[in-house]
This record gives sequence, structure tokens and C-alpha cells, in this order.
Amino acid sequence: MANETPRTPVQTTGHVWDGDLQEYNNPLPAWWIYGFYITVTFAVIYWIIYPSWPFGKSFLPGVSKVTYVNAEGQEETWHWNTRAKLLKETQDAAAMQKPYYDKIASLPYDKVTKDPELSSFVLSAGKAIFSDNCAPCHQAGGQGKVGHFPNLTDDDWLYGGSFDKISETIHKGRRGYMPPFAEALEPTQVDALANYVLSLSGQKVDAAKAAEGNKLFHSQAAACYYCHGDNAKGRPIIGSANLTDKVWLWADVPGAKDDAAKVAAVKQVINNGLNRGVMPAWEGRLKPEQIKLLTVYVHELGGGK
Amino acid sequence: MSDSAKPQELYAKRIPIVPRSITGPFRNFKTAILVLAYAVYFGLPWLPWQRADGASQAVMFDIPGRRYLLFDLVVHPQEVFWLALLLFIAAVLLFFVTALVGRAFCGYFCFQTLWTDAFIWIEHLIQGERPNRMKLMREPWSNKEKLLKVGLTRLLWWLLSFWTALTFILYFGYAPELVVDFFTGQGAGAAYITTLALTVTTYLAAGMLREHVCMFICPYGRFQSAMYDPGTLSVHYDKRRGEGTAGRSAARAGLRTLEERHAQGHGDCIDCGLCVQVCPVGIDIRQGMQFKCISCGLCIDACNNIMAKMQYPKGLIRYDSETNLVAAQPRPGLHLEWKNVKVLGYGASLVLMTGYLFYSIATRQSFDHSIQQIRQPLFVTLSDGSIRNRYQIRLTNISGHEETYTIEARGLPAGALDIGSFKQVVVKNGKSVIVQASVKLDPARAQRLDQFEFVIRNSQGDTVVDEARFFAK
Repeated sequence: MANETPRTPVQTTGHVWDGDLQEYNNPLPAWWIYGFYITVTFAVIYWIIYPSWPFGKSFLPGVSKVTYVNAEGQEETWHWNTRAKLLKETQDAAAMQKPYYDKIASLPYDKVTKDPELSSFVLSAGKAIFSDNCAPCHQAGGQGKVGHFPNLTDDDWLYGGSFDKISETIHKGRRGYMPPFAEALEPTQVDALANYVLSLSGQKVDAAKAAEGNKLFHSQAAACYYCHGDNAKGRPIIGSANLTDKVWLWADVPGAKDDAAKVAAVKQVINNGLNRGVMPAWEGRLKPEQIKLLTVYVHELGGGK
Repeated sequence: MSDSAKPQELYAKRIPIVPRSITGPFRNFKTAILVLAYAVYFGLPWLPWQRADGASQAVMFDIPGRRYLLFDLVVHPQEVFWLALLLFIAAVLLFFVTALVGRAFCGYFCFQTLWTDAFIWIEHLIQGERPNRMKLMREPWSNKEKLLKVGLTRLLWWLLSFWTALTFILYFGYAPELVVDFFTGQGAGAAYITTLALTVTTYLAAGMLREHVCMFICPYGRFQSAMYDPGTLSVHYDKRRGEGTAGRSAARAGLRTLEERHAQGHGDCIDCGLCVQVCPVGIDIRQGMQFKCISCGLCIDACNNIMAKMQYPKGLIRYDSETNLVAAQPRPGLHLEWKNVKVLGYGASLVLMTGYLFYSIATRQSFDHSIQQIRQPLFVTLSDGSIRNRYQIRLTNISGHEETYTIEARGLPAGALDIGSFKQVVVKNGKSVIVQASVKLDPARAQRLDQFEFVIRNSQGDTVVDEARFFAK
């Protein structure tokens, strides 16, 4: 600081206390003052453009506007607000996706899966729709929950896994039902049936009990064959389960600790029956093109036939 | 400082620095760098380059297309680590050069130095040499000549600032179209905001703040001294030679020749003050090494001119090291002190990282891929008891043309891999596709196998092999 300016005497405000206590009047730096003026100017411009002050029973809406097309296809213009902006952005995003949806709607299912670009779109857009609507029950990856909701990534389908069947399931929903047998059958009979059912999928069981269960299964007393079929492979037309495969939905056999627990799990289902296999219908909630996309997505989760 | 005993003011009023122009090798070097840098910066966006897809512009940062076009090299977001490498190389280069020759970056290559230099050149062009400019500065604004000359200077400054800012945005769009759009009011909002912001900041930094940027704002200047050691070259005034025993003195009668001066104990410095007048940061190099010094060498040019005129040996102010200056027998000429661990270490990392960058660019694949195991669920038991794992493969084609890819697996029994409908995946240039692959193994085999490889091949035969894991429990 070779050339310092000489000190000028400090100005005071003229207020004096206790005889000699004075209040200095040091000005703020000029850059600070100008910065302050700029913020004031900014605020005024902001008030004009965006909603700002309460005014009477309403408020000053600002001159900035947001225009979008609402669900009824009418153009609506609002003063700027985050809700209108969201609607506008949602609409813009939908417009960007429209060419893909149109193409998917116009093509048969298997053509969609063979087009790498459309297929990639299905995988990303389908994930979003699935997460919003299906994941609460079927879980984020479609893996379901044993005892509650079917796994969509395996190859077992209660109602059929073709594109058309999956589409039908999403559109109309499903309602699965199995009556409880605790009243109708003796505990020993239920035990025999459970052993037989486990034997169908190659589990270790009491052979004598299983043989007795086999008889009961095909008899009028229990009449299991009526729904599950003579060969116990289930009937997709009514959604009855295939008892001969390794996939379990209602009885948690793979998660059971030992053989006794497996039998107990199956007995539980036979005794109490089932009234939980309810899937709501989605045709009123999702748009047809969304359901079509979702159908392909679910089909591609791994189990589609 | 001589007056450090005086009470310090909180704010020191800025004393305007009006550098005198000078000729000499350092000035020429500085000018050459300035011309080269300006030619590259202002010219590059206008350089055409034939390209199959994308704008025919040699260098363009295509933000909407998510890629950087650099001549024939197209850089995609997944190659962002090249940028990290480049930054690392730039930093080490700075350290390397600083350890050898001091603040060479500040004096010759820094944008602040370049633009300030250009602004001073405009100032000199319109208002004349230092005395004229200082005279003009003292005139009141009612003086028509001052109004005209200073006004014209500032106008030219604004124009240069504006063109600097506009050039910056041209790197982000197709320049010929962007310029037309910009001036016809059809440019993007971001273009106008960026141009305005850069115009104002360029004007302020190069026109108003100048050396204050180096002194108070720039972080480099602060830590560059950390790379110095006594062997580092920097601009020095040879105090022993300049001051002698009786100090410097003007070249009065009787003190004109070196013999006369030395006889009376005076040094070689004739105290002409030219080295101070030409300094763009306004320091007196004769007070020793200072943090404000940007090592631009203009004072060396000034002093050498005077020494030549006086017929004294040159080099009273010169690039030299501290060790050499205080040595009993100073070595003449420039000596780079490179034989120390610091310099060699910087040099080695520089070579290593530059080599790796070029290697990485030269050997990159024409496509990018990622294989992700689907983890919800990690594995599925199928109705016949076999276990299935699923994988999501993302292929991004960066080859510049449409490509066909095949996906195979190695280390799996035949038929275990299912990639759905895609035996061959066709991907357009610059696009990505997602392919679902699943691997199905019977229960016994599923328990044994936990690893295999995906082999992805394009039609040119470029192949990548990536390991994947198989889970069965």
C-alpha cells in the first residue's frame, strides 16, 4: 500500500451520550449499496412476473401464464403456478411418449417384442406404470409374495400366461376361491391329502398317507379333482393351481423348515380354504394403450408364454 | 514494505495501473501466444468438419445429443473420466511447469492475462502511450477529447467482451445457424443469458478489475508459490549488481559508464523506473520477489532495452533462481533445475497419465455396454424346479453408423441362455437399447455354477467379454 490516501476525520451522527460517547457514521461500501439496489429491482420485477401479494380477497397473479390442454381436450390458461406447470410438463412428456404408444397400439404383441427400440421403451415405461399400479401387491420386480400375491417372473400362471390372457387379467381382474375343508373332512383325511399333494411335486412324504390321499383326492368325499383336475395340473379357466409343479403360491413349502412344516403349510390351506386371490380390474383406471404396454411388460418379466 | 508502520486503512483505494508498452523478446512471445490463443478460441467454432451424423462443425459440445464432437472423436457421457484425466493432466502440467520456471502460466497463458493484455492494447491504440493516457485520466469529463477517446475505448472493450461471450455459446450449437438465430431473436433463452453474463464478466475482469483478479480472486496465484523452491526460475532483479555498495543512481554526468559507476560504488541500475512503468500488475521488481508478480517478463524486456542503450551488459533483471542469485559465482544464462524428486515426479505422472489418456482413446470400443443382474427377484424357481436368473443388457452404439450385435454366453450349457426375440440386435447410431437375457439351469447345475461370461460382438468383430454371476440361493 505504497500510496495510502490520508485519513479523513470520521463523521458522526451528532448523537452524544455521557458527554463523549458518539455514534460514528461510517457508510457502507458502495458495492454493497449497489448490490442492495439490484436485489430491490429484482424483487419488483419478480412481483410483476410471478404471483406475489395478497390483494383484497384474492392475490396479484402476475403476468406470466401457463397454457396446457386438460383431460377434456380443452386449452386452459392459468397464471403461473407450480400445479399448472406440472400439468404442462406432464402433457409435454405425454406428447413425447405418444409416438411410441401409437406404434405399440397399432402392432401385434409379438411385433412389439421383436423391435429393439419399442421393447426398450416398454421396459422403461412399463416399469413406471408397474411401479405405480402393480408393485404394491406384486412387488417392485414382479416377484410377488408367497401366501399373498403371485410371482409374475416365474413360468407358472393360474389363468394362463399368453399375451391375451395377461391382458384379460389386467382388464377384468381375477377372483380366486377355494372352499375350506376343515368342516367337511376329518383331520386324518386332511393329513393324507397334504401328503399326497406334496408327493405330486416330488417332496419327501409318508407313502401310505399319500396313497390314501390319492384316493381321497379323486373321490366324491373331498372332490379335489373337480377343480384341480384329474391329473392335479389345475385348470387355468377357473384359475385353480397346478399342484404338480415346483412353484408354490399359497402354501410356503420352499420356506418351510422341515418336512413336518411343509405338511402343516399345505394342511393350513386345505383346512381354511382361500378367499384372498383377488385382483382388481384395471380397465377403468388405466388407458387401453397403457394396459397394452403393461401386458407386454408383464409378459417380458420372464413368465410369458 | 517501507510504510508498514503507518496505520492500515481497511480499504486501500485502487491506484489505476497504466502500463507503458514495450518491445522485446518476452513481449513478442506474449503477443504470439495471444494471437494463437485468440485464433483458436475465436476461430474454432467456425472450422467446418464433414461428419456423417451431426453438425459439420469441428468442435461442438452437443448438449441435447449428449455428446461432445471433437473433430473425428465423439465423446459420450460414459467417457466423462477422460475429462477427469484431462483435468488431472492439466493440473500436473501446471505443477511441473511451475516447479521449473515459476508462474509461466500466469504471465503468458492465463485468460485473465490474455484478455487484460488485449484490453490494454485497445486502450493504447485509442488513447496513446502511458503519459497521454495518464494525462487524459486527469482531465475532467467535460473534455470532449477524453469523452471521445475513453468512450471509444470502452465501446471497443464492450464489443470484444460481447464477441468473446458470443463465441463461447457457439461451441454449444451449430455456429452459422446460431449466430443468425441469436441476432434475429430466435435463440434459446440460455444463449442470451450466458452471453449477457459473460459479456459483463469479461468486461469487468479484463477492463476494470485486471490485476485485482490475480491478487484477490485467483486461487492459482495463492498455491503456485507452494511449488517453488530456491532452484525455481522466476523473474529477479540482480540486487548485488544493480545496487552496488552505494545503491542505484541516475546516469548523471560522471556516472554514465560502468567504470565510473563502479568506482563510486554505485550499481548498474540507473533508476529509470521503466521496469515499474511496464508492469501490468504495478509492482516494482526491484523490491524483490512478490506475490503479485505474474512472471510475464515485460520488465526484463524494458530493462534489457535500457541496458542495451547504456551499453551495459543485459540481464540486470532476468529469469533466474534464488540459489544462483546469491551464489558466489553466479552461472550465466538459463539453467533449469530439473534434477530433483519433485520435478521428476511431476514429469513421470504427466507422461503416465497422458499416455493412459491416449491409450484409452485409441482402444475404446465402438459400443458401450452394461450388464445388470435383475435383483428383484435375484432368482426364480420355475415349475420344473430349475432356477432362472435374469439380466438386463444395455447396448449403446457409438460407432457412427447402424450396427448389429450378437449376444452369447460362455461357460453355460447349450440352450441355457435365452435372449428372447433378439438373436441379432440392431441399434441405430447414438441410441441405446435394453435387452433382457435370462439363464435357466436345472437345480443340480444351478447349485454348482456361480459365474459365467457374456460375449457381445458387433458385425465388425469387436468383442467384449463380461463376467456375470449366477445366484441359486
